Amino acid sequence: MPLNLFEQFQRIANAYFLFLLVLQVIPQISSLSWFTTVVPLVLVLTVTAAKDATDDIVSKLRGEKWMNVQVGDIIKLENNQFVTADLMLLSSSEPLNLVYIETAELDGETNLKVRQALTVTGDLGEDVEKLADFNGEVRCEPPNNRLDRFMGTLTYAGQKYPLDNEKVLLRGCTLRNTQWCFGLVLFGGPETKLMQNCGKTTFKRTSIDRLMNVLVLCIFGFLAFMCTVLAIGNCFWELNEGSNFTAFLPRQDGNEATFSAFLAFWSYVIILNTVVPISLYVSVEIIRLGNSFYIDWDGKMYHAANDTPAEARTTTLNEELGQIQYVFSDKTGTLTQNIMTFNKCSVNGKSYGDVFDSTGQRLEVDFSFNSLADPRFVFHDHSLVEAVKLENPEVHAFFRLLALCHTVMAEEKREGELFYLAQSPDEGALVTAARNFGFVFRSRTPDSVSIVEMGRQRSYELLAILDFNNVRKRMSVIVRSPEGKLSLYCKGADTIIYERLHRSCSKLMDVTTEHLNEFAGEGLRTLALAYKDLDEEYFNGWKRRHHEVSTSLDGREGKLDELYEEIEKDLLLLGATAVEDKLQDGVPQTIELLSKAHIKIWVLTGDKQETAENIGYSCNLLREEMNEVFVVSGNSPEDVRQELRSEVSPIGKCFPSHPIHFFVLIRGSELAFLRLACLCKAVICCRVTPLQKAQVVELVKKHKQAVTLAIGDGANDVSMIKAAHIGVGISGQEGMQAVLSSDYSFAQFRFLQRLLLVHGRWSYLRMCKFLRYFFYKNFTFTFVHFWYAFFCGFSAQTVYDEWFITLYNLVYTALPVLGMSLFDQDVNDAWSFQHPQLYVPGQLNLYFSKKAFFKCALHSCYSSLVLFFIPYAAVHDTVRDDGKDVADYQSFALLTQTCLLFAVTIQLGFEMSYWTAVNTFFVLGSLAMYFAVTFTMYSDGMFLTLPSAFPFIGTGRNSLNQPNIWLTILLTSILCVLPVVTYRFLFIQLCPTINDKVMFKVRQAKATPPPPPRRTRIRRTSSRRSGYAFSHAQGYGDLVTSGRFLRRPALPRSSGFSHAGRTTTSFSPMGRSAGYSPTGRPQNAKVSDVEVTSLQMYKTIRDPAL
Amino acid sequence: MGEAKGKSGPSARRPDNSAFKQQRLPAWSPMLTANTVLPFFYFMGPFCVLLSPFDSPLSFQLDYTKAGSCDECFEMRKNVSKAALNCFCKVEFRIEKAFKVTNAPLKQLRGDVFFYYGLQNFHQNLRRYMDSRDDGQMVGRTTNLKNPSTYCEPFIKDQKGLPIAPCGAVANSVFNDSFTLSYHGGSSGPAVPVPLLRQGITWYTDKNIKYRNPKDGNMTLAQVFQGTAQPRYWQKPAYELDPRDPANNGFINDDLIVWMREAAFPNFKKLYGVLYRAKKPFIKGLPAGNYSVDVSYNFPVQHFRGRKQVVLTTVTWFGGQNHFLPIAYLITSCLTLLVAVVLTVAWCKFGKNGRNMEE
Repeated sequence: MPLNLFEQFQRIANAYFLFLLVLQVIPQISSLSWFTTVVPLVLVLTVTAAKDATDDIVSKLRGEKWMNVQVGDIIKLENNQFVTADLMLLSSSEPLNLVYIETAELDGETNLKVRQALTVTGDLGEDVEKLADFNGEVRCEPPNNRLDRFMGTLTYAGQKYPLDNEKVLLRGCTLRNTQWCFGLVLFGGPETKLMQNCGKTTFKRTSIDRLMNVLVLCIFGFLAFMCTVLAIGNCFWELNEGSNFTAFLPRQDGNEATFSAFLAFWSYVIILNTVVPISLYVSVEIIRLGNSFYIDWDGKMYHAANDTPAEARTTTLNEELGQIQYVFSDKTGTLTQNIMTFNKCSVNGKSYGDVFDSTGQRLEVDFSFNSLADPRFVFHDHSLVEAVKLENPEVHAFFRLLALCHTVMAEEKREGELFYLAQSPDEGALVTAARNFGFVFRSRTPDSVSIVEMGRQRSYELLAILDFNNVRKRMSVIVRSPEGKLSLYCKGADTIIYERLHRSCSKLMDVTTEHLNEFAGEGLRTLALAYKDLDEEYFNGWKRRHHEVSTSLDGREGKLDELYEEIEKDLLLLGATAVEDKLQDGVPQTIELLSKAHIKIWVLTGDKQETAENIGYSCNLLREEMNEVFVVSGNSPEDVRQELRSEVSPIGKCFPSHPIHFFVLIRGSELAFLRLACLCKAVICCRVTPLQKAQVVELVKKHKQAVTLAIGDGANDVSMIKAAHIGVGISGQEGMQAVLSSDYSFAQFRFLQRLLLVHGRWSYLRMCKFLRYFFYKNFTFTFVHFWYAFFCGFSAQTVYDEWFITLYNLVYTALPVLGMSLFDQDVNDAWSFQHPQLYVPGQLNLYFSKKAFFKCALHSCYSSLVLFFIPYAAVHDTVRDDGKDVADYQSFALLTQTCLLFAVTIQLGFEMSYWTAVNTFFVLGSLAMYFAVTFTMYSDGMFLTLPSAFPFIGTGRNSLNQPNIWLTILLTSILCVLPVVTYRFLFIQLCPTINDKVMFKVRQAKATPPPPPRRTRIRRTSSRRSGYAFSHAQGYGDLVTSGRFLRRPALPRSSGFSHAGRTTTSFSPMGRSAGYSPTGRPQNAKVSDVEVTSLQMYKTIRDPAL
Repeated sequence: MGEAKGKSGPSARRPDNSAFKQQRLPAWSPMLTANTVLPFFYFMGPFCVLLSPFDSPLSFQLDYTKAGSCDECFEMRKNVSKAALNCFCKVEFRIEKAFKVTNAPLKQLRGDVFFYYGLQNFHQNLRRYMDSRDDGQMVGRTTNLKNPSTYCEPFIKDQKGLPIAPCGAVANSVFNDSFTLSYHGGSSGPAVPVPLLRQGITWYTDKNIKYRNPKDGNMTLAQVFQGTAQPRYWQKPAYELDPRDPANNGFINDDLIVWMREAAFPNFKKLYGVLYRAKKPFIKGLPAGNYSVDVSYNFPVQHFRGRKQVVLTTVTWFGGQNHFLPIAYLITSCLTLLVAVVLTVAWCKFGKNGRNMEE
């Protein structure tokens, strides 16, 4: 507690008030009683201490349970568990000590990756005793932020084993399709690579905060100025008048005029300190807290599916939500659900999947005919099932292809319970679709694929896999059917497939093209499917050549490609598939709304360009009318620089697919990138590492002076969430990293529109209204003292009763303004969505700026002139209606403070645009409270108890019964209101703001709820050719096929891959795709020995500069 | 920040659907429209005219600082050594218009013609001056009587070390001129003293609650005040202020109480007496004619370039002499009407058709 007090006094504001308190203790200076400062200060300190205490408790409750994990511990992970430290994999439940992991949290890639333990540790199995006795020594690199690289050695039983990224599970991964595994903790807590990538946690402040600090400094300057003026006035007065008055008021100890002026300066510092009111800071905190609670309470930001309400994790940033100019969004898990569904298809010129019945409802197809069907699979077109049942040969071929041509692995733990391990969710979706339509992929060996075709078990001999990669954009399999027929099945990007089709398909091509366009227009990912039957002789020749090429040493890749090219031609088109990378609900609408609110949305993803581009289209970020697609994809710094230069007026969209290189460049090019990017309507950055996400955010923050918001769900977004002004985490999913470092969290991307356009806008509006009004009321209050100084010989006499000074900010005016700042809304939420332009004033800082503050001060100046001189003129020469005194100091004080209170309360009424019952109660209640307290303070009883503290006895009764006094109060109120109403009315007539316009519209509409915002699916008439996308870079082909790909020495314990166990050639995944590669380099390209990754490049270039 | 709630089940954390939490409280949203603003202005104009009360009370002011024979006294008061000497002077003046009493019932006998003394450039509102008093002493606390509060500095104790009662700069500087008003009839008749009520000139609360004499058993006031000193500038002790009325002595002396209610501004007037209308020719107020005022000229003003006045006024229903409010209201009403016209023009030209509200 004393520590808390000490901390509080470190805040400049509080220290200032402590200083004031000290000043007040000096009798020569004390112009106010001590309690005028002590009461507010104690109250403020108490409230702040209470808030700090609750914050502490809350953050303690949130402490992570993984804090106990220490380096050297061995921990067991089970399927679908989140890896919480950097581990060296020891053993696993799977054959070959393999472990499958998902790294979406780390890099946004959705495909599964493989890790493999060392054989020597893998032998430990799950024998806990052996594991406990495991006594090895790991030497490795110091903690760093490189996600793609690990180097170390394990010394165990006198032997050294190299450790690389393949043996390591990084924090942030999720274990998939693996029952259990054991790992040795290498790095824990902040040393993990993930945390090293998280960037620094900085204390965030809002721009209003920063502005307020500047203003408070200005106010201090102004205070000093006023006090100096008054001190000089005092000096002159003492010389001219005071010295003649010494008979009645002798100077103390012969003090001279200059010394008196010095004292007057400090006395006025005390009196005029209300320009920097202590209650300002407390009120701001309370308002923010209240507005944060509204976010927590918002039922429309509650996601019922996973029972997740929105949460404001920081309570100090609310009004910043109303000023966002840039939103940086992650893709995977934020815009998308990370679920792929097989939505539509076109088979032999007939499109399936888009069926609505007469009522516009979509019926789900019944797959009960198929006992092996996946119950989660949903399809809406019954005619496709009919076609399958009618044994339509094209439809059968279509699904047979889907069941055969892939690299998925099946797992059948119990009879009929199939699990597919797909390297990419797209493939999984396609194979699952085939499964439900009666072509069930059941198992595979390196040289065979077993499928169940309409209930019949069939095994196809797998002769070759012509694997997928980024250049080929297709994959093929060559299989021999049980009947002995040789076929090649091919699936791939439509453009690629079409080039390789037989002439006879041209008609079908036209129809299918239409379908493809339709699918692509809906943002679906399409693939074209084709097949051809092979001649036995030709194939044998081809196979021989293939074997030669694949064993040759030089130019193997190129030759293989040629070979593949040769056989993949004269294909017959079967149809096309359309897979939906399921967006989260309402994402396109949200993006549309946000861009109407002039918020620029940048997508930063670690994923590939095609996927990102596709999502860009489907979520409405990229639109057809953006015809100048601009892709920056240079591989070297020079390329990129060149591309940036050559683009003269790129208005459209751009995909800097390798933004890494921008950062490699010197600062000048960063700016070039920024300039270019800011010209674009939409920006998508692909293949960015977590740290680079943060760097992009920093770049915009630094050079655009814009308020930024970053939203993401995974650990790879943490750095960007921390770097942006506001970080938003998508909650309710497995990983909590993003949420834990975020400022706000909710379950769905679409809630962002409500957070910004409703909560943010209101918070900003309320805060600005609050500040404007608060400064107005305190300036007005204070300036009256200034004018009175000219009449009281600059003697630092107050105008008001001391109790009024004490209670003005705390009691008489606190609740009405708090009520306004907690309840006010210009238009309700539905209208806010209807008119997203309402958000723009916040971005332009229109509601509260230095200019607005200056206007406030001018307005206060006017009001204070009215409030001082009208009572002065009305009262100075008058008497009561019974001839008795009413021009005395106490009556004047009461009159002025009553006038002031009425004037500021009426002004509040004009500020407030939403009078709830609570507001009305606060406003009227505060006025009533004023009179109640005043009459109590001025009562006989109070005076007789403490005569010196309550000298105003009877003033209320004796002056407030005078018509004169009330006429004066009315006059000041009228004169204070008159210019305000005139000014505002004229402005509404002459140049109405967007708020005025919308409020006028609301008035005209009378009915409060406007038509609900459109929720229809956005359909585009697309002319885009290809919606092709595939979420993995390269297939598992080499993993699946023969031992030719075996690069490791044969494992001693190897026994084939799956339970089938029919293979004799053991193989091991080389897991090339498992590494994280932010460079986006085609993974089948030659990898040089020294792989300089982007981060290294960044480091090496940047370091000398630092 | 999430609240721990007692709910359970699949929607345990669903926020309450209350109007308050969902920010849907019913509310009134006023807006400055022509329908409200223009009528308001057109109404306020005439309303302000109604509130500007024209029946200004009668008032007469006489600056006697150096007027008539007071010239000599003024010179005499310049000399501090003669402070103890009395000085009397007389100022003659003429009231052209009778101060007729119209709205007070006659039998009340207390007329509403008021006699004030006025001071100019006397700063009763200096902070140190105002603080220099002890309300505890003046409410009759015996402890404070002998031990005045330090606030009274530098008038706590006299040279002998006796506590001053009443202490402080305010009491010390009490206005000590006294007046006798005489009526000389229409032309040159014998002078008739104008009877002035010298009591009941304070606020009721001041006389009865704020100021009380210290009490100690059955002791007389003088005995209670034993051991205290009179203020430095006073000619007699507090308990002998009014020789005619023993109940008007000590801290509850009306003149002292009136003085102790410090004025807010350096130019002020304070009530001295009220016309007693029991006898002719004052039953209906002060008749027009020649008057003179005899002044016991004690209060020095020349040091601070002050002026002293005598003021005679009547009052109206809304209070005493006040030239400002009627004029201010009149001006305000004109201003309001002018603004109303301007706003009407602006509205007709821009806002009426609603085109300015189009986006």
